[in-house]
Amino acid sequence: MTTEHDIARPGAATGPLSGRSPRRARVLGRAAARLAFLGPGVGYLIVLLIVPLALLLSYTIFRRGRFGGVVYETTGENFSRLVDPLYLDVFLGSIQTAAITTLAALLLGYPTAYAIARLPRRWKTIALVAVVLPFWTNFLIRVYAWVILLSGPGLVNEALTGIGLIDEPLELLYNQGTIVTGLLYSYLPLMVLPLYAAIERLDPQLREASANLGARPARTFWSVTLPLSMPGVLTGCMFVFVPCLGNFVIPEILGGGRSIMVGNLIRDQFLKARDWPFGATLALAVIAALVVLLFLQAWASRVYGGTGERRA
Amino acid sequence: MRRPGLLYVPFWATYVFLYTPIVVLVVMSFNAGDSPYTFEGASLKWYGELAGDATVRQGLVNTLIVAAGSTVLSTVLGTLLAVGMARYSRSRLLDAFGLLPAVLPDLVLAIALLVFYAAVQMTLGLHSVIMAHVVFGMAFVAAVVRTRLSHADTSLEEASRDLGATPLATFTRITLPTLAPGIVAGALLAFTLSIDEFVIAFFTAAPTEPTLPIVIYSMVRFGVTPEINALATILLAVSFTVVIVAQRMTRLTESFR
Repeated sequence: MTTEHDIARPGAATGPLSGRSPRRARVLGRAAARLAFLGPGVGYLIVLLIVPLALLLSYTIFRRGRFGGVVYETTGENFSRLVDPLYLDVFLGSIQTAAITTLAALLLGYPTAYAIARLPRRWKTIALVAVVLPFWTNFLIRVYAWVILLSGPGLVNEALTGIGLIDEPLELLYNQGTIVTGLLYSYLPLMVLPLYAAIERLDPQLREASANLGARPARTFWSVTLPLSMPGVLTGCMFVFVPCLGNFVIPEILGGGRSIMVGNLIRDQFLKARDWPFGATLALAVIAALVVLLFLQAWASRVYGGTGERRA
Repeated sequence: MRRPGLLYVPFWATYVFLYTPIVVLVVMSFNAGDSPYTFEGASLKWYGELAGDATVRQGLVNTLIVAAGSTVLSTVLGTLLAVGMARYSRSRLLDAFGLLPAVLPDLVLAIALLVFYAAVQMTLGLHSVIMAHVVFGMAFVAAVVRTRLSHADTSLEEASRDLGATPLATFTRITLPTLAPGIVAGALLAFTLSIDEFVIAFFTAAPTEPTLPIVIYSMVRFGVTPEINALATILLAVSFTVVIVAQRMTRLTESFR
């Protein structure tokens, strides 16, 4: 490096190595720097991300081995099993559960983010930190808390019988609603944050202009605020939908094995049934669903592309 | 004309929703009785039980080893990658590539790595979890450092280069000190994510060397014991302290800028 150092310094170009021009040395130095900075990270990601993903996806066309792993004989069997009603129902059910959760998060998260954005500066920070705080605690324990809350003798049943709404404890655990509650609880902060960022950025003058032109608050919301905060809505929906779709822990703890999602199927193919090729095919289906969604999101965000930001 | 009253119903509902389970966990951890549902007087019984639990202790040690190892590697690789992407490349493809591990569902990354480890016949252990955590840790560090880079003033680096400094000297004397807060923030993020990570660890750890989230998972699956509440309360207290201290620190460093 010291020789390069000398060459790169204009004054040193007349030294013993002056056969190479300083400019060429600089280009070489840049190439070396490029390699030094990008090489390790890119290399690591190629070996431990791209190769494993490629390997996993290649398994979709092979037969299962008897004790796990694969036999390298091509087959279309994995894909035809994918449309078996047994698996298709679980897959579509997972998309439904993830979609319901995303919608619920949007309905609860939007007014929350809107209210936070209108708080005085000091309270804004506190309210935002309070939204994120539960997110930084162990995910499994947060889910487990709902088992305590929703079980037969749990707090929710206690409260409902206490105020006389019900006589018998309800069976609140182990159904789709419970899973949605757990997913919503786990990922709601991921909806609130991008929504807050989008709403906070809006120019308040636009709302005022709308009101001055005679629009009612509802009209202003539907024709000004909501369309302009659409990028935040889309980001938030992606942030919630993606981790919901592949989840297997929440359905297991709160679904009690009775309601399962595609994540549970994938987990079982790898750890119980030892049918890796079919597990890989299910994973490919999840990735495909997410890619379609990403394209939809990219398209929608172009339609609603960034306007209405507060000007400096 | 503002009528925020109605707006504050979902606002408060969100906070009640987020904090009720946490309050219940904390209160129940001090329960003297054996039931996880009814409070029968205050005691520290379950904390004592927890302190004597060797599985939990071993899980905690394993988690700290994994988090420390993966954080160091993620920070070095992620910082280099961020600087390289911002200063020595204009490839959009590379940008997307660097973010991929952060957006890929954890389950997909987990099974891909399991398949890969099996194919190269690597024995599983703490090292395989560390290697797996670096994949996403690096992406998050790179993302955080890049945000810092995009705000950084490039004129100092240019001046350094114009005065004849090598890329290495420019990096260590100018870029690195400017980026220090971003690197620290990225490292903290990688550490926190690794400590709490369950799915990838579940697939890439050896059954004999579980991390704490894996231990918690088996506790939760095989029955509800108030000992989990005590563990939850301690973890909550630690995370809350870390988050609040971090918040204070960023506010402090921001006020100095």
